[in-house]
Parts: sequence; structure tokens; C-alpha cells
Amino acid sequence: MSSSRSERDTLPARPSDHVDSVEGSVPESGLGWRGWLRWAWRQLTNMRTALLLLLMAVAAIPGSLFPQRQADPNGVVQYYDDNPELAPVLDNFQLFDVYGSAWFSAIYLLLFVSLIGCIIPRIKHHAKALRSPAPKTPARLQRMAAHSSHELQLVEGRTPDADIEQAITIAAAELRRRGYRTARYDDATTWSVSAERGHLRETGNLVFHSALVGVLVTVLFSSGLNYTGDRVIVAGTTFVNAESAYSSFAPGRFFDRDSLTPYAMTLDGFDVEYVEPGRPGAGQAGNFAAHLTIREPGSEETRAETVRVNAPITVDGDRIYLLGNGYAPMITIRNAQGDIVYQEPQPFLPQDSAMTSLGVVKVPDGLPEQVGLIGFLYPTQSTLETGASYSVFPDLINPRLTFNVFTGDLGIDDGTPRSVYQLDTESMTQITGGDTGVDSIELTPGDTADLPDGMGTVTFEDLTATEGADEPVKRFVSLQIQRDTGATWVLIFSILATAGLITGLLIPRRRLWVKATLINPVIGDRKVRIEYAGLARGEDPGLERAVTQFSEAHLSAVAEQLPSPLFKKGTP
Amino acid sequence: MDLELQTALDEFSVIAVWSAITLYVLAFVAFAYDLSQRASLAPAKQRGTVLVGAATGAAPAPPAPEPAEPSLRVPASERSRRYWARLAIAFTGLGFVLHLAATITRGVAAERVPWANMYEFALIGTLLIIAVYLAAVRWFDLRFLGVFIAGMVVFFLGGSAMSFYVEVTPLMDPLKSIWLIIHVFVASLATALFAIAAGLSTMQLLRARRERLQAQGEGSVEQGRGYLRTLPNSDALETLAYRFAILGFIFWTFTLIAGAIWANESWGRYWGFDVKEVWTFVIWVLYAGYIHARATRGWRGTKSAWLSLTGFAAVLFNFTIVNLFFKGLHAYSGIS
Ligand code: HEM
Repeated sequence: MSSSRSERDTLPARPSDHVDSVEGSVPESGLGWRGWLRWAWRQLTNMRTALLLLLMAVAAIPGSLFPQRQADPNGVVQYYDDNPELAPVLDNFQLFDVYGSAWFSAIYLLLFVSLIGCIIPRIKHHAKALRSPAPKTPARLQRMAAHSSHELQLVEGRTPDADIEQAITIAAAELRRRGYRTARYDDATTWSVSAERGHLRETGNLVFHSALVGVLVTVLFSSGLNYTGDRVIVAGTTFVNAESAYSSFAPGRFFDRDSLTPYAMTLDGFDVEYVEPGRPGAGQAGNFAAHLTIREPGSEETRAETVRVNAPITVDGDRIYLLGNGYAPMITIRNAQGDIVYQEPQPFLPQDSAMTSLGVVKVPDGLPEQVGLIGFLYPTQSTLETGASYSVFPDLINPRLTFNVFTGDLGIDDGTPRSVYQLDTESMTQITGGDTGVDSIELTPGDTADLPDGMGTVTFEDLTATEGADEPVKRFVSLQIQRDTGATWVLIFSILATAGLITGLLIPRRRLWVKATLINPVIGDRKVRIEYAGLARGEDPGLERAVTQFSEAHLSAVAEQLPSPLFKKGTP
Repeated sequence: MDLELQTALDEFSVIAVWSAITLYVLAFVAFAYDLSQRASLAPAKQRGTVLVGAATGAAPAPPAPEPAEPSLRVPASERSRRYWARLAIAFTGLGFVLHLAATITRGVAAERVPWANMYEFALIGTLLIIAVYLAAVRWFDLRFLGVFIAGMVVFFLGGSAMSFYVEVTPLMDPLKSIWLIIHVFVASLATALFAIAAGLSTMQLLRARRERLQAQGEGSVEQGRGYLRTLPNSDALETLAYRFAILGFIFWTFTLIAGAIWANESWGRYWGFDVKEVWTFVIWVLYAGYIHARATRGWRGTKSAWLSLTGFAAVLFNFTIVNLFFKGLHAYSGIS
């Protein structure tokens, strides 16, 4: 229930358009620049918060309609390819970077400036309210939202004042027992107690809004100090934490590049389970676990850790996440003389849920020409009617590797960094597969095939044979390594915000008055009128019930505690 | 679990779902019939308010006084005893029991919480809508809201059972988390509370329109939508809608935070403006806007009711369109 209008003016520090506040006014002309400045500031802090919030909600939506550089950079590239005309226009409006855009930032900064301008005076006001006694009992209680009045006959022959006073004292004690702060306001013919409770409501509201500011400030300031990087580690190999070792590295603006700790991580093994064929969800992979050995600098000791999905590990303040996994077939390439010119477990990137994987092998030296191979690995190969291969199951049941061979310029001599997962075939010639008329190379583990033109051979090593491994093909994991300095604080502020929200929304804030008035007519009986009234501050559906309950409790307490029959119940 | 047992349990679950849907349809019909009766009958026992002329339909009736109720909080013993409304509540309760059984057996069959794909989200979401509604009816006389609630649940549960059903599959790794249990459940609970609020806001709008027309003295108010006459006044509806909305908002805030914690465990960042995150945020801000609008002069009443409905529209959009058509990390609908 909304509060009574008569109390509006006792609710300062509310926006001027708050339902409980007095209507504001436009400054009169001739205020001078200071006046105007003050007026502008008041407008800003009194801005229709609801409107600004709606604006922010609407402004956030385009970020879900268009791919965002931050969350989905490939999506943006794709969008450019699909809509070459439209994309640059959208880009001009920063629609691929909505949450960092000038206009989105303007909205939330406006909102937060307005918020800060709003909470500071409210905090001041609230601090004062917390220390001051409950306000004077209003003269006319019947104007309050909840009100009831009872008239009691006074028994003749006693001075009633002390008894009436006592009745109000009982009320005050009862109110305090119920968590109200009370103050007495008595005069010649009236005795009253003014009680107030629920300052926690405003406290909660202020904690909530301040915590939101806390979240925003933490995010803005900590994001510059963080970094995120991705790295692929093949089983049996070691990664040393240095910027150059990352396959992608995204530091914040103020990130100190010298602050990376050079710890070393070795991938000892990787576990994964697949749902068996024939069961629902067949082929679904799960229970991923990457077993790592970690050595931190300055210590000879190593420790073993396991990274799982949903269970990152922490090394030296960095959090390490398991992002993905795949196969890294060991491939050996020999030249015509039989010398090894290439031998590496090359990570192949999974393309589908059955782990059909795509990989690239680049041989810059040792063969007559530079050679690039684009390969597909099918862990469990099967053939479509068209003759095309595909994988039916993600585990290594019937592994098969196919290669298309390219010769020419790999484009790596000029020092331009090239992805190890992509082959730029622009200045190369395809010599197997596709339209060449020469079949693609197809290998099962342990097989060796000739490269065209007698250049040499390529071997798909079977590691069970060469290394005594459990599986013919090695696995790799991709890890995300990151430092997030602000997360803990964001969490703390979020918890504060939630706690503030719950108290701010659910704790009723109300005032209650009990007033006794001695009615001493010239003719007729002397009577005492006892009034109960309540006033809500903000939403308070329970107000009326609270007032009724209290009046009943108080009347019976008075009947019990005062020697009877001092009062007799009269006409209500 | 043995595959046969799993299949049998899931089959039972599906049968129970369809039985529940049937009962909800019956409840819908009974609720609707109750409303139509309210329209044609003078609600003689509407707590002392007597409407003149409405029952006979004779002569242009003078604007009847509306039963202005300060609150919807009516103890069961004091409510008007309408046969069809009670029947409808009984259907709803029975439907709920079957619905609950369906949800539990689905969970037993899957050996996990039954809320890990679109079909199951709909199952638990509508279950909680009914649960919150039935709980609310104990305190508040919300039987007039039954048409809205039963209709919505039939639509979403029926639609999901027809289009989104998937057989039980093991969880994907990112979903194996305590946060699946908390985050999704709390989100569904918030949705249920928002749904009740949206129903009340709808009724508020209809009722406010009637009050406006009546204030303008238009005679036609007595015809058409007569049941509106028997509803509490728009202020009471608004106040109650607000109370459900703020509870929903608290749970939604929790959903947002729980989601961020989970994202931090699973994806290595607590916030990344993934589409689902964007929409969760949009909904949160919309309801914050609604709460502020309620506290803003000139926005209380009809305008804020529209905001409550906008918020709920965004909730539905987030559940349906975003899950099905938007590309993002939250690819858990189980629909391909
Ligand atoms: C970041 C944007 C904001 C958000 C998300 C937000 C959210 C909320 C929420 C959820 C409530 C109800 C919770 C409670 O009472 O504790 C609330 C209440 C309130 N907010 Fe904000 N708020 C924002 C900005 C502001 C600003 C800028 C102002 C001041 C101009 C403001 C003033 C108030 C007031 C006075 C109330 C109490 C309403 C009442 O008396 O019912 N808020 N806000």
C-alpha cells in the first residue's frame, strides 16, 4: 500500500518523481550558471531511473542479434563474408562491439552517475534517520492508512492521568518488544507513543545500490589487469608459461607482461569416456580429465593435478581450464633418400561430435619443394554411398587418415606468423585429391604411402607398435589459462547486492502510533479515547493486519495489567 | 541403469505428462466456464456487494458499484463457493500430482535432476508454475487466474511434449555441476513467480480499462467481459502482481549470480555476453525498470503493468526463441 500523501515531505532524498515525494520545479530564470548547474545535476540524479533502465535493456539486445567480437570473433568474420554490404555499416554503429560501444557505455555511465548522485544523499539522510528518535505523533491520526479508535469509560472517582500514562507505557514496552524504536510525546490531555521499525529496509536498499556500483567499478578497473590465453598440449609434452608459448593470448590494457610466472605443465594423460553404441546418446563424450604434472619455478618438487570440465585448477594465481581435446596423430615424412624431414604429433582439430578432425602438416625444408598436407582423421572410419569417408564414432576403433598434398610456397619464409592449423593454398598447387585425378593418400596406423612425384614417403605411426602406447594415436588437450583479479570482489559485491535486495524488498518499514486522549466533557462521563494508527513507507501489504493485531494485543494487555475496573470498554 | 528399466520409466513419465496435460485442459475448461458464469450471474455472495440489475439484464442498468476489495487475501472459508471453480482447482491439483510423478520418474530414469534439456526445462518450469499457483491459492483467492495459468501450462507443456521431447541421454560434461541443480531450478522458480505476476498484471489491465470506461460513464461496460466485474479492483491486482514480481526478481537475481559462478567454473569467465547471458541480463534490467516504475509518479498503474508484461514476454522469449534459434554457448536444448 502506498503511504499517505501527508507524509510526503518527510521523505527527502528520494528522486523528485518518486511517488512519495513532493513535485519538483523548474528553476526560475535568472538563476545564474551556478543555479543552472545545480539544477542540471538534480535533473541527472533525479532522472527517470525506470526510463534509463528500460533504455539499457533495449540497448543490450542488439548484442544478442549480431555476433560480438569479444564472444564470437569468427562469427563476425562470417557475418562480413555473408553480408559484405551491411557489415561495415553495422560496424560503424559498433554493433559488433555492443558492450564496449560508445552508446552502450554512455547509457550505463549515465545510469551509474545518476545512481551515485542518488545514493550519496540518501546515505547521509539515512545515517541521520538512524540516530534520530521516532518523529512526533501527528495530530490527526485518522488520516493514516490504517487507523482504529476505541473509547473507554473511566471509572468515576479516580484521577485517570496516571492510569492513562501507564496504558501508554505498556504500549511502548510492547512495541519495543516487537522491534520498534519508540519515543513518547505527552502533554496535558494526550499521551502518545510514536514507534518506528524497518530502517533495515532502507539500509538494504542502499547496500543493494552501492553494491551495484561496487560491481561495476571492480569490473571496469580489474579487467585491464587480467589476461587470458589458450594453449594446446599434446600428451607427453610440456608447456612453459610464457607469452610466446600461447596459441592465442589476450592481455588487458594494463597487464604487466613480465608478471607471467614461468611454471611448467606436462600432460601425462587424458581420459575420456564415450557412451557405447546402441545406447541413447551413443558416442557422446564425457568425464574428461587431463592429468598434468606441474612444476613451479624455484621448486624442484612437482605436483600432479587433474583438470576437468567445471573443475579448473589454480597454479600461482592463474586458473587453468580444460576447454577441448582431440587427436594428434604422429606423422613422419621422409625424403627420397629415406631421411626424416618431419616427425611430429600434429594436433588435428575436431570438426564434429564423431571427432572427424582436420589438420595440417607443413614441410618447409628437406623435400624438393615446400610441401603442405591437409589431412582428415576419422577415428572410426566409415564410407558413405558416394564414397566419401566419415567418422561414425569418436573413439579410435577404426582410425583412418587421408591427405591431400600441395606443393609450392607455404608463405612462411617472410616471417609472417601463420596458424599451424591452416594452410594458405593460394600460391600452392594441389597434386593429390580433388580435381587432380590422383587419389588422396589414405593411411591406417602403421601405414606408409608414397608422396607423388617420388618426393618421398609419409607414415601414420602406430604408437602401440613404436612406443608401446595404449592407443595408436596421441591425444591433446586445449587449456585456457587466465588471471582474473576482480572475480572475487565481484562475487562479494554480488552477494552483498542480493542480501541488500532481500532486506530492501521484504522488510516492511512502518510507523505505528498509540495515542490516548482524555475526553472531559462538561456534562456526561469522562472517557478516554485510544487510537492506533500505522503508516507504511514503501510497499507494505501487512500494515493493516499489524495495526489490528497490535491494538488487540494492547487492549488485552491493558485489561490484564491495570487494576480493574479502571477502564470499562465503551462504545468503540 | 539397465536400458530396459530406463526406457520403461521414461515411457511411464511420458504417459503421466500427457495425462497431466489432459487434466490441465479439463481445468482450463472448468476455469473458463467459471468465468463465464461469473459474467452472467450476480455474484450474490461477493462479500456483501450487491449488484443491481445485472442479473436480469433488464433496462440500461445504472453503473453498479464495483466490489472494491482492498486485498485479495481471502481465507478459503470466506470465498464464494463456486462449483466450477472448485472443480477446476481439483483438476489442477490432480494434474499437478501426475505432472510431479512424471518429472520424478524422468529424473529417476535419467539418474540426475530432470532439468537438462528443453523438454525437461518445460517440464520443471510448468510444474513450478502450477506449484506456485496452487500454493498462492491457499492464501489468495486467485481462482480467476486459473484460465491464464492452465492455458499457459497446457500450451507450453503440450508444445514441448510434442516438439521438444528427447529420450534420456547422459549429461554433457559442462552440465555435470551442482550449479545445474541450483541455477536452473531457481530460474524456473523465478519464471513461475513472474508468470503469476504477468497473469495478475493482465487482469489488472483489463480491470483498469473497465474502471476507466465506467468512470467515463459508458453504459456498455455492463455487457461483455462481465466477469471483470467480479474481480478485485485494479489497485489490489497491481499490489499483488508487484509482490509476486519482486519475489521473482529476487530469485532471478540469484539465477544471474549462480549462472555467473557456473560460467566461471565451466567456461573460465563469469560474464561474457553470451546470448543467453544477455537475455538474462535484459530480463533483470526490465524488472528493475518495472520496480522503479512502480515507485515513480505517473508510472504506477497501467504503465507499470505493461512493463511487467514486457518482462514476462522477455522471459518467454529467452526460453523459446533464444534457446532454439540463437547461436551461443548455452547449447543445451537437446534439439538439433
Ligand atoms: C543500476 C541501476 C539500478 C538498478 C539495477 C536498480 C534496481 C533497483 C531495485 C531492484 C530496487 C528495489 C530493491 C530495493 O528496494 O532494495 C530499487 C529501488 C530503488 N531504487 Fe534503484 N536501481 C538502479 C538505479 C537507481 C537510481 C539511479 C536511483 C536514483 C535515482 C535509484 C533509486 C531507487 C529508489 C529510491 C528505490 C526505492 C523504491 C521504492 O521506494 O519502492 N535506483 N532499485
